[in-house]
Amino acid sequence: MTEATVIESHWQSDMRDGLRDVAPVLGAVVPFAAVFGAVAAEAGMGMADIMLASATIYAGASQFVMVELMGQDLPIWSIVLAVFALNFRHVLYSASLGRHMGAFGFWQKALAFHLLVDPQFAASEMRALKTRLRPTYYFSYATAIYSVWLGANLLGILFGALIDDPAAWGMDFLLPLYFMGLIMGFHGRGHFWVILSTSAVASIIVHQTLGSPWHITLGGGVGLVVAAALSKPKEAEAAA
Amino acid sequence: MSDTVLIILLCAAATYLTRIGGHLIMVRFGQVHHRVEAALAAVPVAILSALVAPSLMAGGVPGVLALGVTALSAMRVSLVISVGLGVAVLLGLRAAGL
Repeated sequence: MTEATVIESHWQSDMRDGLRDVAPVLGAVVPFAAVFGAVAAEAGMGMADIMLASATIYAGASQFVMVELMGQDLPIWSIVLAVFALNFRHVLYSASLGRHMGAFGFWQKALAFHLLVDPQFAASEMRALKTRLRPTYYFSYATAIYSVWLGANLLGILFGALIDDPAAWGMDFLLPLYFMGLIMGFHGRGHFWVILSTSAVASIIVHQTLGSPWHITLGGGVGLVVAAALSKPKEAEAAA
Repeated sequence: MSDTVLIILLCAAATYLTRIGGHLIMVRFGQVHHRVEAALAAVPVAILSALVAPSLMAGGVPGVLALGVTALSAMRVSLVISVGLGVAVLLGLRAAGL
């Protein structure tokens, strides 16, 4: 096989795998995006503003908070600070995933980080673990979520009042199940069960006390501290 | 520019900063301590576990069992199938009135 055919086959299989992996996520994105469109329109935002927010911020939970705070007539800086705090977990995502982006060019990286939503991060880490993370896989996955997110947003703005009960199809629980499945893909890694259980317990405690979304950053933070504490130096460093 | 557009663009900039910030910090510092390396390797499991854990409390019996089925099956079968099994368990138990 020539080098060109190897690249060609990567390109095809990366795209196919990206679209296959993203498929179950799309079912959860549709109702979430439609509800955001409906809620923002209900709050008095115009269609162009809602679409601008979804295209440029592209972080659903924080957009709900932004809409809510905009309705309370707060100073601009406090709204921006709330969004920044809510999205702070992405710092960890990019610190971790950036190490697997060796195959990405400068502008590819710059664009990729804009598209780094929760399922994108989880699926890309899994991809890097199993084979190698290449731009075609990343952007196939990202394009599917991004376009469905914007499309369903628009549907929510236009037909918000018609949304049926998402619980009837289990859509309210689709993302937790998807993330659960992804977590288990890492079960071969060192200290897997300790990190999983300490993060989960800490998250539930924070969720019951401080509330959402702090459980993600603080609960996960406990797991990271545990992982760091259990780490042993590599042999090279030990010998030095 | 209206205040709404200004707020949206500032929120977008703040969000992008979080999404690229971790990578820029890592590039700046290059070689990292083994404990930092271990913490970064644990990011997917720790953060995703923290993300999912409250669903154990919120989902009732169907939610807990659905998560359990998806977790166990995900160690054997593909992600799509294990999520499908979880949804089937969830809807089945909800239909049974649990």
